[in-house]
Amino acid sequence: MNTAKRHYGRNLYLIIAFLVLYLPIFYLIFYSFNSSGGMNHFTHFTWVYYQEIWADQRLILITVQTFFLAFLSSLLATIIGTSGALGIYSIKNPQVRTLILGLNNILLVSPDVIIGSSFLIFFTVLGINLGFTSVLLSHIAFSIPIVVLMVLPKLQEMNPSFINVAQDLGANQWQILKGVILPIITPGMIAGYFMAFTYSLDDFAVTFFVTGNGFETLSVEIYSRARQGISLEINALSALMFLFSLILVIGYYFISKDSPKDKRKDQKVQQNLIR
Amino acid sequence: MKAKGLYFSSYVLWLLLFVLAPVALILYQSFIGINGNFTINNYESFFKISSYLRMTFNSVFYAGLITLITLLLSYPTAYFLTKTKYKQLWLMLIILPTWINILLKAYAFIGIFSQAGPVNNSLEWLGLGSHQLLFTNASFMLVAAYIELPFMILPIFNAVDELDESLINVSRDLGANRFQTFWNVIFPLTLNGIKSGVQVVFIPSLSLFMLTRLIGGNKVITLGTAIEENFLVTQDWGMGSTIGVILIATMILIMFLTGEKKRRRRQ
Repeated sequence: MNTAKRHYGRNLYLIIAFLVLYLPIFYLIFYSFNSSGGMNHFTHFTWVYYQEIWADQRLILITVQTFFLAFLSSLLATIIGTSGALGIYSIKNPQVRTLILGLNNILLVSPDVIIGSSFLIFFTVLGINLGFTSVLLSHIAFSIPIVVLMVLPKLQEMNPSFINVAQDLGANQWQILKGVILPIITPGMIAGYFMAFTYSLDDFAVTFFVTGNGFETLSVEIYSRARQGISLEINALSALMFLFSLILVIGYYFISKDSPKDKRKDQKVQQNLIR
Repeated sequence: MKAKGLYFSSYVLWLLLFVLAPVALILYQSFIGINGNFTINNYESFFKISSYLRMTFNSVFYAGLITLITLLLSYPTAYFLTKTKYKQLWLMLIILPTWINILLKAYAFIGIFSQAGPVNNSLEWLGLGSHQLLFTNASFMLVAAYIELPFMILPIFNAVDELDESLINVSRDLGANRFQTFWNVIFPLTLNGIKSGVQVVFIPSLSLFMLTRLIGGNKVITLGTAIEENFLVTQDWGMGSTIGVILIATMILIMFLTGEKKRRRRQ
């Protein structure tokens, strides 16, 4: 009796917690179908705001830009981050290794505002025009550390005798990398790519600092529209983005499910990760 | 070894250009006055002008409150989650909202807290009348807490999940009641999870400038808002960098206070 009662209370609490987490999102999506034009008093169902998005050439261009940026920056971040992880793995001195890992994590723990403002100074000193280039470089830069953190555990789990065997069999460095190491760390690289992709899509503050007038991402556009008040086109857009995140999460779930052994470790990384 | 050096170089270049150089530059810039001269004026005015100090205090105070609210809401959630079936799936559902753009979540609350929004409607229905909810400090804190919630739940969940169930049974067998068991066994053993949760919530809460603009109505000035204003509005990069350095110092202090975990483990 007592335990049953306790379960009841526990489940009730969890239901409320999930409601709190999801109601604002569903609220947003719900009113994207509201024909009255505001976020209250639902009148009639309409697709009009989705059609508006479809007709809004500027918004479509910004969406394409945002995804292109996310795609490219996470690709480059994965390449550089993976080579970084390989380099860190090969460092034998534990102190140097800790130092480099510490430096690696600086961008993960720094507030966005600090990253944005210091990058702004950096690009100005170098004379790099603010726009696509500066935003791309920033997104690559803040995505690299998470890729390192995703790939490094896979390297550490690898049995080192694989490499010795390959060496004994006469494989050169490149062959070892391609034939032995890369297949083992591929799940880590894919997870890193996914994380980098979402970092890039999600980022607002850093982009806001280093973008000039010529280049905009969805986040920056949503911010400037939201400052002017409610427009249900943003609601419709958020519904589409929610669907897209859902697809990404499901994809990520299936990829990380491939290696159930590493669940614990993945969670450890996730903790550092989610920011 | 040489081949390793070759592919490692791109990463080292990144470390130098995008980690070390920006930190050095923001430190250097903080000593640049408004006329471009090298000076410690920025720091002087920061510590002399009371509004700067008050702003810093407020920012830390609000970040602390946000962290406390999220912690109080998250701990039971995380604890109960570990007791459910399919807990990994539920955890995924907790993380899912973090993949939704933070601005969209903030935007949702513009509607929820508006004059004729659902919160005011419920208040009226309860006979409490409608209130100006948007652009208040309370709404800023609630929205910030809402956004940070999953980041606090995740590390606590992991800490509780790693907890050895038999320790709890032993404590109960030895006659401790539920509160004693919680306070003397469960809480200390999950403290590391709480600490990393506090870390990942407190630090970003110091710099949520978009929330202060969209929800707080510019009334709550955080360190982040002040930096954004100095860099992008008044263009006083020197002062902006000085506040940035203060923010970095606050961040290091918090990491130091919550970071015993690693050292203890190494011993």
